[in-house]
Amino acid sequence: MVRKRALKIATGIGVAATAVLLTTGVAFAQDEGPTAGEVKAILDNVWILVAAVLVIFMQAGFALVEAGMTRGKNVANIFMKNLMDFCVGVIVFFAVGYAIAFGGKFTGMGKFIGGDGWFLAGDGVFTYGTLDKFVFFTFQVAFAATAATIVSGAMAERTKFKAYLIYSAVISAVIYPIVVRWQWGGGWLFQMDTPFHDFAGSSLVHMTGGCAALMGAWMLGPRRGKYGPDGKPRFMPGHSIAFTILGCFILLVGWYGFNPGSYLGADPVIGKIAVNTTLAAGAGAVVAMAFTWLKSGKPDVSMTGNGLLAGLVAVTAGCWAVDQLGALIIGTVAGALVVASVLFFDRVRIDDPVGAISVHGVCGAFGTIAVGLFSELNAEESAGVLKEGLFYGGGTDQLVSQLIGVVSIAAFVLLASGLLFLVIKKTVGLRVDEQEEIEGLDLHEHGAPGYAFDDVMAR
Amino acid sequence: MKLITAIIKPFKLDEVKDALQAAGAHGITVSEARGFGRQGGHTETYRGTEYKIDFVPKVRIEVVVDDDAADSMIDAIKAGAVTGKIGDGKIWVSDIDRIVRIRTGEEGFEAL
Repeated sequence: MVRKRALKIATGIGVAATAVLLTTGVAFAQDEGPTAGEVKAILDNVWILVAAVLVIFMQAGFALVEAGMTRGKNVANIFMKNLMDFCVGVIVFFAVGYAIAFGGKFTGMGKFIGGDGWFLAGDGVFTYGTLDKFVFFTFQVAFAATAATIVSGAMAERTKFKAYLIYSAVISAVIYPIVVRWQWGGGWLFQMDTPFHDFAGSSLVHMTGGCAALMGAWMLGPRRGKYGPDGKPRFMPGHSIAFTILGCFILLVGWYGFNPGSYLGADPVIGKIAVNTTLAAGAGAVVAMAFTWLKSGKPDVSMTGNGLLAGLVAVTAGCWAVDQLGALIIGTVAGALVVASVLFFDRVRIDDPVGAISVHGVCGAFGTIAVGLFSELNAEESAGVLKEGLFYGGGTDQLVSQLIGVVSIAAFVLLASGLLFLVIKKTVGLRVDEQEEIEGLDLHEHGAPGYAFDDVMAR
Repeated sequence: MKLITAIIKPFKLDEVKDALQAAGAHGITVSEARGFGRQGGHTETYRGTEYKIDFVPKVRIEVVVDDDAADSMIDAIKAGAVTGKIGDGKIWVSDIDRIVRIRTGEEGFEAL
């Protein structure tokens, strides 16, 4: 009961979910057919499974964005990393991650880490409202995979594949589930007097990935040749901006599962969430385009793609809480912030070829904090999970909770992932050797070039 | 026999090809090249930053002609490639010792 309430409120569902027990081959109570509640429950399950599939499709978007912004000699490696962080991630999240995020009691240590329902087995497996536990798991595992895959791009073109596999397993099994526990799992951030609010994961998913990306890119050091002898960044263009923009479109489509799906039920309010998501994406892209145009004289294509993603990431926390003006403002700020942040990290020699730290880390943090400014929902309208933001007459309560959440999640993920990368560095090693980096990871990590073309020697 | 080598701006290739054909060239070889001369490098922008690129993309044209035809070929290339702005390229001429058509074994002028 407590559990049900926790997640329900954590994700902002105000309508009491009808308790319907869905078993295989639903046996309806009356011969006349299903009740309205039973139909609603079926619709909930169908919609959330579809939303989960949309989120899983985002993996293809990430793979294309990252591959496009890096060089062709590492294309197989980056696709392989995206393939494997998903495949390794789903297994470990099934085995332990889901239990850590959602299982067990919500008091004592349970506020920080769960621990029941390992392997989705036993009576202690958590599920939400009308959702079948397998449907809810599929939705959650798609989010776990999203958090994991963000890091791949920031560490591109120089990371040992073995090191990346270890990282993938640990973030999906332990680091991400602990963060989820604190909020969606009903833990301490959710239990604050004014609960922290992150509707679909600007912080829990994106900033978590972004912080791990920052630690990874920092501990690796820049790619060979990224900085000239004068210390200035050198021209190192991605090999297919077409891939990158196609990937951005796929991510945009996937986001309609990510945000509206996070309502965890079939309800007309998913329309508002979809519109807010769309507006922020558009504003983010337009502003990033304008920013680069004014700064360097040309509208930069991949940065505009980053702007689209920045708007999406930033509105993810508040897509249910804010109105359309709020969504536009959030997207606008994110579009400018992402460009400034990419330029900043370039200057301080943290080499992030795809801008993942800026898109997911910086804009994820901003979007989460923005809920404390732009939330239009009061406690009553939000079933007690939210207050109105500072600009909507709610004072600073929500803003303070948002800041507490962002700072504590960022601190935990930076520490945990930093420790993880340090252990990997001291054991199997983090970075490939010089020859391998110059000749390409495709050849040395995976045995053959990703683009063999029609090599004259292979005819 | 002379080998005429020209480095030109890539967008001028079509005009140079037409001019060479009109001047009676039997065949030309084209390859992409990069380099710098008096023009120096150029700048490109990527992800909001301007970068100086040392090597500028060019097209290299090679034509082998009989000694008498060399001057008209040079004129044709000049006419086709000139814009009057810096970076139009260069033409140089070198002697060829021997030329062989692989299919027939013909040599010299016959092999052109």
